[in-house]
Amino acid sequence: MNARTLIAAHRLGLAEPNLYAVDDDPLGWATAQLDTPDLLADGDLLDSAQAIRQTRQVLQAARTQEGDAAQARRQLRQASLASLTRRWAHQAQTRTPVYERYVMSWANHFTVAATKGTTQALVLPFEFEAIRPHVLGRFQDLLRAVVTHPGMLLYLDNAQSIGPHSRVGRRRHKGLNENLARELLELHTLGVGAGYTQTDVTALAGLLTGWTVARDGDGRARFVAAMHEPGDKWILGQRYAEGPEALDAVLAALVRHPATAQHVATRLVRDWVDPTAPAQLVQPIARVFRDTEGDLHATSRAVITQALSVQTLAPRARRPEELVLAWHRVSGLPVRDSGASLAALTAMGQSWGRTPSPAGWPCGNDDWLGPDALLKRVQWAHDMGRRFGAVVDARALAQAGWGQALHPNTARELNRAESSQQALALLLASPELTWC
Amino acid sequence: MSVQHAQNHGDWPSTRCSRRQILALATAAACQAPMRLAWARARQPWGKCVVVLLRGGMDGLAAVPATGDPAWSALRPELMPETAGPKLDEYFSLHPSLVHLHEAHLRGELITVHAVASTYRERSHFDAQNLLETGGLTPYALDTGWLGRALALGSGQALAVVSGLPLALRGSSRASTLTPGRVAQADDSFFERLQSMYDSDPVLAARLQQGLQARNSMGMAMPAEASNPRSFETLCAQAAAALNATADVAWLELDGWDTHGNQVARLTRQFQLLDGGLARLRQDLAPRWRETTVLVMTEFGRTARYNGTNGTDHGTAGVAWVLGGALRGGRVWTDWPGLAPTNLLQDRDLRPTLDVRALWQPLLTRHLGLGRTELAQVLPGALPPAADIWA
Repeated sequence: MNARTLIAAHRLGLAEPNLYAVDDDPLGWATAQLDTPDLLADGDLLDSAQAIRQTRQVLQAARTQEGDAAQARRQLRQASLASLTRRWAHQAQTRTPVYERYVMSWANHFTVAATKGTTQALVLPFEFEAIRPHVLGRFQDLLRAVVTHPGMLLYLDNAQSIGPHSRVGRRRHKGLNENLARELLELHTLGVGAGYTQTDVTALAGLLTGWTVARDGDGRARFVAAMHEPGDKWILGQRYAEGPEALDAVLAALVRHPATAQHVATRLVRDWVDPTAPAQLVQPIARVFRDTEGDLHATSRAVITQALSVQTLAPRARRPEELVLAWHRVSGLPVRDSGASLAALTAMGQSWGRTPSPAGWPCGNDDWLGPDALLKRVQWAHDMGRRFGAVVDARALAQAGWGQALHPNTARELNRAESSQQALALLLASPELTWC
Repeated sequence: MSVQHAQNHGDWPSTRCSRRQILALATAAACQAPMRLAWARARQPWGKCVVVLLRGGMDGLAAVPATGDPAWSALRPELMPETAGPKLDEYFSLHPSLVHLHEAHLRGELITVHAVASTYRERSHFDAQNLLETGGLTPYALDTGWLGRALALGSGQALAVVSGLPLALRGSSRASTLTPGRVAQADDSFFERLQSMYDSDPVLAARLQQGLQARNSMGMAMPAEASNPRSFETLCAQAAAALNATADVAWLELDGWDTHGNQVARLTRQFQLLDGGLARLRQDLAPRWRETTVLVMTEFGRTARYNGTNGTDHGTAGVAWVLGGALRGGRVWTDWPGLAPTNLLQDRDLRPTLDVRALWQPLLTRHLGLGRTELAQVLPGALPPAADIWA
């Protein structure tokens, strides 16, 4: 057992009930998961077309006061919750948790949040349809799937953006909304300070017009020529001709831009491996991304390799969702009551799916371990202790999960605990579960 | 006048006090401010202060319509004098949802600051918020906050009514966080064991202690059964409870201001939330309102014109408010740059003419008791003249 084993199991992955499998070869254990990931079966998961149709009913019932708005909202919420339960259940028992944790990093890089009426049920469909199928392929394909997904088009307002000189724009006196264009440059690809200007943002917004989700359509994204801004657009010194093909051309240019390799590698490292994203960790990954023109299998492999080869990593707090998943993985208890977990996550500062901004959940330890957040974690640990202390032996879990790596203080307090309930509460609030 | 503006692209106009006839009163006050507030030595901390950060970029022109500007009607035709809400003076109105703020204005408890911005001139939320919280001159140059550094020099206690520790309060051990909600049912023995387990983990040990201390000493606002424990009004009640107990500084946040599309209805709701929360603060702090100051600020304003989707994109200057019982209020403080296309920054945004740090200084000097030397330690770079806000 060494530090690399713990990093692989807890930071690259989502916690392990025992370290036996990891111990032999942390690098092999982690990288093999990218070669043969255990994929979440899509079965009866809510898809975006269905989510959009149902959301439309909810919004319309609320607007017109006709039909049962509360009933429609409840149905949609239940469908979303069922999908989330399926995902959490998969993540709690999967043999490839490293792959799952990696998926979560991309879903955070390309945030779609349920903070708007139109996106209230699209967070998971977006992850299932745009993120998961592409995280081990080419970054450009991932990016295209993200930018043209109804979830992103609605969340960052491109669905409404209309070329002011397009047919629809002239008839209805409508125009651009630059939200997606700006975040595509600032958050998704180049990063702020990469040298683009307001003129580039405006031109890119023009290029993106036409990519929309029809109000009364089938809930799928499409390109509507009548909304597309005519004429050439100049972005970062390159000319792009009118039409839907310009999207692929501009995304290809953004992927090739050296700032994108740097930005994507930094974001991935910060979210997944080390919140301080030191250059010595980021540079080799950025190089792989650049040399392979955004091959994400090679890039993710480089992240794992780097994480397991540097001398030290800065401490990283588990986010509340990761904490709850770690509890399920370590205890083996199945994921059942997702509603209760959602309430606990909200109390701990991570209102699931309602990410406060398109920049995604923050990565700093101060963001997740403020005094109030820590008390809320302790409260949750205490609740879990009361509910499950009688059926779960915290000392055995700690022994199997951490063995010699269990801190003497934690071991001592688990042994001293006055009840099995208190022992479980202490384990769930321990430094071992708080950090990863 | 517009020529002069164009030369000051992204910089502070140097002839600020001489070129504006509108609202000469407020402008004159700005010029006198440095003399009145230039304390050389630290003073006793006084009263209570609250900082409210509106995340997402509040549209200052919707909040405080410049209905007297000749260019106004072309920009925001739905907010004309007859519909824009109550008048603040002959030039500016207040959004009709800001009912309590208007009452505060009439009572002389509100200073509305217009065309104000931080030193940031790009349009990223995240960089702009970083400057508003760190008080640095470039994004990510500092990893502590201006309030945190100020607290570290003095003796005040601060409470942020959020879950994580906001960047603005980092840098001091005298800042804690507390949100309304269920109080732990755990017994003392559990917390003793927890503390003993955290013995070897200084971060968790310190945070647990701060959290317990805040919870025990600052008072928990228990929301009424029906109310939402996360509503802005409840958060304001929590801030007031803490200030009525041992806190000297409170930090609040309200997001949802990034109104790129269909903003009229959304902003009506947002302004109602803000207005209700600020009213609750005043109500709950009534006994000490005479010594309380509330600053409301946002990372940037939004485009002067609507975009193509009845919303506004990221802009530059906007509105801030100072609210409290000790103010010389009931006025608009601005050095109005005008809304004609040639006056707009990059033919797009309200041009900034006031630096938001002018509003931080009275809080830091009077409420937190910083002297000039300490102020320079807390806020790097050349500072604008402090705003003269007191009665």
